[in-house]
Amino acid sequence: MNTSYIKFIIKSLVVGVLLLVAGGLLYWLFAASRWDWIAKYLPLLVKGLWLTLLLWVLSCILGMILAIPIGLVQVTGPRWLAGIARGFCTVIRGTPLLLQLWLIYYGLGSLFPQIGMIYPEFKNDFTWLIRLDAFWYALLAFTLSFAGYEGEIMRGAFLGVPRGELEAARAFGMSPWKVLTRVWFPRAVRLVLPTLAGEVVLQLKATPLAMTVTVMDLAGVVRNRITQDTYIVYEPLVLLAVIYMSLTFLTVWIFSFIEKKVPQKR
Amino acid sequence: MAAKPGFPEILAFGPTGYGDELLWGAAMSISIALLAYGLGLIIGIVGALCKLDGSPLTRGILEGYTTLVRAVPELILILILYYAGTATLNQLLESAGYETVAINGFAAAVLVLGFVQGAYSTEVLRAAIQAIPVGQIEAAKAYGMSPWLIFHRITLPSMLPYAIPGLANLWLIVTKDTALIAVVGYTELALATRQAAGNTKMYFTFFMVAGLIYLIITLFSQKGFAILEKRVRRGQRKLA
Repeated sequence: MNTSYIKFIIKSLVVGVLLLVAGGLLYWLFAASRWDWIAKYLPLLVKGLWLTLLLWVLSCILGMILAIPIGLVQVTGPRWLAGIARGFCTVIRGTPLLLQLWLIYYGLGSLFPQIGMIYPEFKNDFTWLIRLDAFWYALLAFTLSFAGYEGEIMRGAFLGVPRGELEAARAFGMSPWKVLTRVWFPRAVRLVLPTLAGEVVLQLKATPLAMTVTVMDLAGVVRNRITQDTYIVYEPLVLLAVIYMSLTFLTVWIFSFIEKKVPQKR
Repeated sequence: MAAKPGFPEILAFGPTGYGDELLWGAAMSISIALLAYGLGLIIGIVGALCKLDGSPLTRGILEGYTTLVRAVPELILILILYYAGTATLNQLLESAGYETVAINGFAAAVLVLGFVQGAYSTEVLRAAIQAIPVGQIEAAKAYGMSPWLIFHRITLPSMLPYAIPGLANLWLIVTKDTALIAVVGYTELALATRQAAGNTKMYFTFFMVAGLIYLIITLFSQKGFAILEKRVRRGQRKLA
């Protein structure tokens, strides 16, 4: 049998299977799926979306603020500080975020009430700490995680700024602080912009993990409320996927817009 | 009140400690990661070759696959594929007149993570193949080499230096992504840890021990990939 004949058979088989799958999906989407729950749960979903966005944006901003010193001390800091920063990045990047989240939520979350049991004064003064909402634990975990990944990237960015520019800034008599804020940091940020876009998207895709510690973000609303109330499994998940996808594309688009706004001379 | 076992004793093997449970979980995690990574690589190689050389239809389908999978959170994908996959299979079995089966959690985990990894591998390998100078492949074609010969003599060895860093990254990601399987209730390292921590209320101890296990896996893998990269780069000119 000649090869083109076999190729044709394989091709038609593949196309046939794909058409079947696509047909099945379309049939399910338009004829068999249920969307009547949306109206009832819309307010909850909006609230969940708000929490997701808050968790995402806040953890990115706070993580970035932490990442700048973490990156900087690895480049210029004293050796012990650089060692700590490097160790922090290695541990964060080497362990699953889910585990970090659980360590912080279950570990810290059980530590405060225990302290409260031993020291009654603590219980009275720090009731808010003992009753802290899961959201804040998740925010802490996501912030530390973003700082770990971003600190490594900022280290590379600070190293990537040409030495001559820093020397020129110093030759102008700028103080170290001025060199950092006027030359070193702005140049480093421009260098990481393309990487940053990817990291911010990764952070967005990490936020649904918060649902495992009872945060009622978008994924939490879908899994822990809608699916548990109505036993509808797939439709809410498809909605989730579509929302996250739109947010991803929106982020990529915004970052490419910023990148074009800040031109870079090579 | 009987003395509760403390920090080192709680990690003992046997019925008094959780050492064997954690080790079993770690073995599960590593096996899932290895198999899913392998499956991802197979999808990636086929996907990359088809994306570069396929018909517009195949390219379109693959583009949809890689974009979709990379834009949706892994956790959501795992939930969708895990539940949808098992339900569809059972529905098919039922309509064909067979008994429904309980899906093996291990196999489902491997398939789901492999499917996700495949999208990322496809992109890494496609970029690596594209980084090969066209002249090399044209020269091989001019020699009359068959496509298979070109692939394993020219394309594979010259794309590996470009592909290894990306593939190393994917391996590190998949080892950590196995923790997500805990959410659908399959007992790998993360879930074993949570169960042990919940039973003993020693949250810090157990999560830190599990973190250490993941960290050791990561550090050893990095070392291994560094050696591998050195090997595939032999004979390449040193950069600056």
